[in-house]
Amino acid sequence: MPYLGSEDAVKELKKALCNPHVQANRLRYRNVIQRVIRMPGVQEYIQQPILNGLRDKASYVRRVAVLGCAKMHNLHGDSEVDGALVNELYSLLRDQDPIVVVNCLRSLEEILKQEGGVVINKPIAHHLLNRMSKLDQWGQAEVLNFLLRYQPRSEEELFDILNLLDSFLKSSSPSVVMGAAKLFLILAKKFPHVQTDVLMQVKGPLLAACSSESRELCFAALCHVRQILHSLPGHFSSHYKKFFCSYSEPHYIKLQKVEVLCELVNDENVQQVLEELRGYCTDVSADFAQAAIFAIGGIARTYTDQCVQILTELLELRQEHITTVVVQTFRDLVWLCPQCTEAVCQALPGCEENIQDSEGKQALIWLLGVHGERIPNAPYVLEDFVENVKSETFPAVKMELLTALLRLFLSRPAECQDMLGRLLHYCIEEEKDMAVRDRGLFYYRLLLAGIDEVKRILCSPKSDPSLGLLEDQAERPVNSWALDFNTLVPVYGKARWATISKCQGAERRGLELPNTASLAASGPLIPEEDKERVQELSDSGALMLVPNLQLTAEYFEKTWLSLQVAHQQVVPWQGAVHPDTLQMALQVVHIQTIAVSRAGAQPWKAYLSAQDDTGCLFLTELLLEPENLEMQISVKQTEARTETLSSFISVLETVIGTIGDIKP
Amino acid sequence: MISQFFILSSKGDPLIYKDFRGDSGGRDVAELFYRKLTGLPGEESPVVMHHDDRHFVHIRHSGLYLVATTSENISPFSLLELLSRLATLLGDYCGSLGEGTISRNVALVYELLDEVLDYGYVQTTSTEMLRNFIQTEAVVSKPFSLFDLSSVGLFGAETQQSKVAPSSAASRPVLSSRSDQSQKNEVFLDVVERLSVLIASNGSLLKVDVQGEIRLKSFLPSGSEMRIGLTEEFCVGKSELRGYGPGIRVDEVSFHSSVQLDEFESHRILRLQPPQGELTVMRYQLSDDLPSPLPFRLFPSVQWDRGSGRLQVYLKLRCDLPPKSQALNIRLHLPLPRGVVSLSQELSSPEQKAELWDGALRWDLPRVQGGSQLSGLFQMEVPGLPGPPGQGHSTSAPPLGLGPASLSFELPRHTCSGLQVRFLRLAFRHCSNANPHKWVRHLSHSDAYVIRI
Repeated sequence: MPYLGSEDAVKELKKALCNPHVQANRLRYRNVIQRVIRMPGVQEYIQQPILNGLRDKASYVRRVAVLGCAKMHNLHGDSEVDGALVNELYSLLRDQDPIVVVNCLRSLEEILKQEGGVVINKPIAHHLLNRMSKLDQWGQAEVLNFLLRYQPRSEEELFDILNLLDSFLKSSSPSVVMGAAKLFLILAKKFPHVQTDVLMQVKGPLLAACSSESRELCFAALCHVRQILHSLPGHFSSHYKKFFCSYSEPHYIKLQKVEVLCELVNDENVQQVLEELRGYCTDVSADFAQAAIFAIGGIARTYTDQCVQILTELLELRQEHITTVVVQTFRDLVWLCPQCTEAVCQALPGCEENIQDSEGKQALIWLLGVHGERIPNAPYVLEDFVENVKSETFPAVKMELLTALLRLFLSRPAECQDMLGRLLHYCIEEEKDMAVRDRGLFYYRLLLAGIDEVKRILCSPKSDPSLGLLEDQAERPVNSWALDFNTLVPVYGKARWATISKCQGAERRGLELPNTASLAASGPLIPEEDKERVQELSDSGALMLVPNLQLTAEYFEKTWLSLQVAHQQVVPWQGAVHPDTLQMALQVVHIQTIAVSRAGAQPWKAYLSAQDDTGCLFLTELLLEPENLEMQISVKQTEARTETLSSFISVLETVIGTIGDIKP
Repeated sequence: MISQFFILSSKGDPLIYKDFRGDSGGRDVAELFYRKLTGLPGEESPVVMHHDDRHFVHIRHSGLYLVATTSENISPFSLLELLSRLATLLGDYCGSLGEGTISRNVALVYELLDEVLDYGYVQTTSTEMLRNFIQTEAVVSKPFSLFDLSSVGLFGAETQQSKVAPSSAASRPVLSSRSDQSQKNEVFLDVVERLSVLIASNGSLLKVDVQGEIRLKSFLPSGSEMRIGLTEEFCVGKSELRGYGPGIRVDEVSFHSSVQLDEFESHRILRLQPPQGELTVMRYQLSDDLPSPLPFRLFPSVQWDRGSGRLQVYLKLRCDLPPKSQALNIRLHLPLPRGVVSLSQELSSPEQKAELWDGALRWDLPRVQGGSQLSGLFQMEVPGLPGPPGQGHSTSAPPLGLGPASLSFELPRHTCSGLQVRFLRLAFRHCSNANPHKWVRHLSHSDAYVIRI
């Protein structure tokens, strides 16, 4: 390799650097400066040649020298920023050569990394905008990215800039189009109609990229299409045919396309999309077939009847890998769309012969347990499972079997009593898995408490509001992902990106953040004086929150969806949330926690409710996106009264502020 | 900003490795990439992968992996575009891109990379600017002969079967043979269309999509102006109509930034001064209505005897091209229900071939003349496929798992949109020797041609 070479190489390089006319031969100059990376012992020699190079007549030399400044800075480690050099680089932004200009930006960005990178003020921004047309596509894409940090002063200036940028949306290079689109989305964050308009304009290039010959480009475009669909569900609906898969495509593209199809379905295309998806269900690849079945399950939340019919037909194939996924889909569907229970129950008999894996068995057993009264042969199917429980390898299946059989026993006692006894006996006496045995013992003791008690506990109104449902229904505003547009985030997927940036962040910050686990365990959660303060606040105001409010999750969800947001605000927040801490603190002021994401989930959410003495309900959503360092509070109110609303919010703010304070 | 760039052969051997920033772990990274790639679970995409705080972004091109690593959250579009531009550039300079040409031209490739990227930042990718700095000449495997024209194909078209081999005349490095002036004057202009079609089981057309490109590979000295005349009836968008005939209409067109369009409105002429090397002059798309009939129609009939498990499929394939045209390398792919055991076939001509392959029927036809009709009768045993009992035994309803059929083919000298290049004129002043050779070629091939059964 040319760098980190032998001593001879270093010596030779030093010699070349000492030559005062090194930049006279541009190729030689380039060779010398390019090699100066990771080379120990040449720092003191490179400064002069680079400074000379900055003022050279040949643009080629200037290009190399400008990037050389960044290399020099990085070589010196974390040395001080050379103010004169920075000024020189800023002035070189006016250079005639477009590549020098772009290199200046890159170099400044690296040198000023500690201070937040190169500053784009109004004159620089306008200068760059005017030079845009002289740059090649790479330069344009990069400058568009730098312009993201510029804040126009007035609306007028904003629209002037947008007008200038308009032509780049029509560029033949996808990277320029996407860069311009992102800049549009960010600049016009207060003008939703402009954003929608831009997304309309990008539709053509994105669709072209989706059917591009380059698989990789196609994939990146599909990921972005999905991102857009989250906010504008109807955006690509008329182009649904573009997302049909062809058998020669690689797997990862097919899976993305299925996801897209699933999301753009509407009344007009549902028939065609379902027909296409049904074709995929019998694909040779089991993975793809299963993905298609899950997709049909997703569509079934809206178009239940058609989908259930297709899924039922698939059961007739009696293929193991298909049956198991169909049954799992049915389980989720019955939960979300109870109206299809009848049809599912009719389809189920006979499935048990074609299910071998744990997930599928669990789903089938759950369905038989919960809706056993409508499936005539349910006890006999479960009996088979009980007979074979000894050879069953998955503990989860046994647990599911216990619960299901107990449920079925409640509705059809005569047929189940005997085998329930056998199963409990087996689980308590012979089972080696602790969890299963404990579950068996638990049910046994529960039964001892009397059948009414069992009914009350096992068949009480279904809770578990499945946060996912609420999340899915809320369309995400464009602004929530505009910053991620045209980055790797959509390509990885939000969830994977979160884990990636998390472990990167942990590496980088390492010592800065104290160990959160120890924090959770230490001491009282709210200092005493704070508790009093909170108490006082809630007592003194006009607001009296009713203690022990019991609101079911279903009722909360229904009310939440029917109301408008009355108040929204953000409070600063750092680090993760400990749901228990928060829940306890909120209880003190009589705010009930309906549902909370688990600790560490991203984004983290919580749904809260409270009621005052006049019967007015306050429903609250807390949303924490870790990258923003702030918590977003949205409050909905059943009766519009501003004075109680504001006192409720101040209570909430105090609590959140207190919890936030005891964090470092 | 790119930290490293490397090229791996299809087997994972590093051919080229370049570290731009000096901040990364060395050549092991290439190995790490290949291990990650091969160990990836089926449903995850290999396009971007992540290890420690490094992202791998790669494209596959001509059997090679071109990989860039970066530690920043960079625009995927820029990076992918850069990688494919690098692939084209390397192809231009080395003649064609492949394991052999790359390993023969290692010095040239490093020289190019030095010029294209500095400290991980793109400097320029224009063939023109790079020409001034590249000293090394490409090493080519065999001398080129213009007379080797029997297999003139297209230089860049990757069809499914890659049977359109790059013609040797076109796969010549742009810079080689500086001395030999007579060979330099060549221009290749290709109109390539990819066709994706979906036909419902009742024969109605569900989707037609044509992705077209006009590609140019020029060996002329840069700066020589050329004019490309397109069919005059050519129109863009739905509103516009020209001429008296049905017109040749496309939905969307985009041009390369060097194309001047001042004569496009009036005479459908593209004017440009192309740099040496390969260039996509124009891209266009057409959906839904095609001016000409579809090249192929398939008329299947299925007899399915549940009792005995016998499945009989009769396929009639009609080629609706004009009688003078023909289609090449036709392959029909028909997925079959699971558990098909035996196949007996009656084909309408001896040069065809049919076999069972990976749970599907594969029917190969080397060539089909326009207007002709071919047929195949296939009988299979499907023992393990139970149906709901109590229904009629013999039925024409296909069993689940059969179909849809997909066709792949090439149509030389044919464009589905009807777009033709009328002329290619060169304003050629400064070079007095022989007239340049101009090659204009048209080709359509199938991207996805699916017929539901």
